Amino acid sequence: MLNPVIIALTFRATMGRKRALLFAIPAVLLIAISALLTAVARSGSWPPEFLGQFGFSVVLPLTALIIGTSVLGAEIDDGSVVHLLATPVSRAEVVLSKFVVAAVLTIAFAAIPEYLAALIAKGPASSLAVGLAAGALAASVVYNALFVLLSVLTTRAIAVGLLYLLVWEGLLANLVPGVGLLSAGQYGLSVANSIAHNPALHAHVGLGTALVMGVIVTVVCLTLCTRRLAAFSIKGDAA
Amino acid sequence: MTATASPNGAPGGSAIELRQVSRWYGNVVAVNDITMTIGPGVTGLLGPNGAGKSTILHLIAGFLEPSRGELTVAGQRSWRNPALFARLGFVPERDAVWSFLTGAEFVVATARLHKLPDVAGAARRAIEMVEMTEASDRRIATYSKGMRQRIKVAAALVHDPEVLLLDEPFNGMDPRQRLHMMDLLHAEAGRGRVILFSSHILEEVERLSGTIQVIVGGRLAASGDFRAIRRLMTSRPHVFLVRSSDDRQLGSALIGRPAVSGVEVTPRGLQVRTSDYGAFTREIAALTRQEGIRLRELLPADESLESVFAYLLAS
Repeated sequence: MLNPVIIALTFRATMGRKRALLFAIPAVLLIAISALLTAVARSGSWPPEFLGQFGFSVVLPLTALIIGTSVLGAEIDDGSVVHLLATPVSRAEVVLSKFVVAAVLTIAFAAIPEYLAALIAKGPASSLAVGLAAGALAASVVYNALFVLLSVLTTRAIAVGLLYLLVWEGLLANLVPGVGLLSAGQYGLSVANSIAHNPALHAHVGLGTALVMGVIVTVVCLTLCTRRLAAFSIKGDAA
Repeated sequence: MTATASPNGAPGGSAIELRQVSRWYGNVVAVNDITMTIGPGVTGLLGPNGAGKSTILHLIAGFLEPSRGELTVAGQRSWRNPALFARLGFVPERDAVWSFLTGAEFVVATARLHKLPDVAGAARRAIEMVEMTEASDRRIATYSKGMRQRIKVAAALVHDPEVLLLDEPFNGMDPRQRLHMMDLLHAEAGRGRVILFSSHILEEVERLSGTIQVIVGGRLAASGDFRAIRRLMTSRPHVFLVRSSDDRQLGSALIGRPAVSGVEVTPRGLQVRTSDYGAFTREIAALTRQEGIRLRELLPADESLESVFAYLLAS
């Protein structure tokens, strides 16, 4: 179901764009601020608060948004996706391969930095670092399924995605209890909390629920994305 | 890779078949009730900008769903049928290619996406076909418009498809590149491929294809052999330029003929208007013999597609 040619092409295309420099900015900020806080903060209680909140509601979703919307969305925008779709490759294979690249790059640019930042703050023996890394990994997967879908649905995927992150993930998921059930950030925090057992992570969803819901959201998003791509239409009469 | 059998041998008969196909966007009708059959050889899809040519190509390639009607390529529906691309090559009009790849990498990647048994061989042959071997190690980003077009054609031909669709393939090409592309398409048609290309430039279609489908305002305005279509339009006078050993004598002899509606002496020769193409061309030979005049040149003065077009648009 994975296509090595599409994976290689997507990887080169995504990393080759100038946008790729953007991927690293949130990660660099996260690590720099963690290093600074480790050096100056008097209390040791900031890591779960900062890495949980800033990491899971800013760094990770933003990185996933930029990467997830570009792996397929950039090709749809500039029209080069036609060269990919004018081949007998199944649309599910296209979507899955693109999604895997997005998830792997998000893990590299957000989940691993999250782990490194926690290592800097708490040292290698801490369960917080492992928990945050596992949580970030899970959230990377769900967020990217959502953002790859978004890029097939709308040409304004980044704007729509930002709105979703600000309103749904940032505001409602923290204020309205039930919304956490449909929040990729909450799934990640729940996984992190199951390892780190730290109330400062503010995980509102149980692990079982988070895992089941995460899988469902991912599968539904990728299925919808495949269906949408199978009905890909070239817009208008170019002549 | 062995060449596929003649496209006529494909199950389902004719290569491309549209039956009463329409496509609309909301209230706007882009393509209206088109029925056409396209077989082996080069066929030109001709029409002014915005006539619906690209829409028709997108419909055929399965990049648009017909709002109404039936459309098959090699006997298969093209909408939501990616498997069809094993037998179909599509060269889109938009210039967007993975420009970070070299030409060779692009064609090889396409060959691998087609899961061809001999990727390297197929890619090499396709690149040779479009004469891009020398430039194939350069990044596509450095290519001229014409080179991009050629490498796109190589990618579309790499899997040896029975049907090749090209949307405005000559856009942005210089005259030499155009000629080369025309030769290439001719040669590929000679191998039994079905080649359908769109163009709004009359002389391209005139040079490349005997068969045309004229699209005006989303409708099929005319279809078939270009000159035959022209001849069918008997209501419109045809203009011939005639040069002979004695233009004045020939002119006065022609004036009385029923097929001739007007004669004018010009510095380039006689300009003769006729409402009956067939009768005039038969009569003039007999007439010159009878009058003892030597016919030096008989040229249809308005046989260009431009005039066909203007006529079709007016009617």
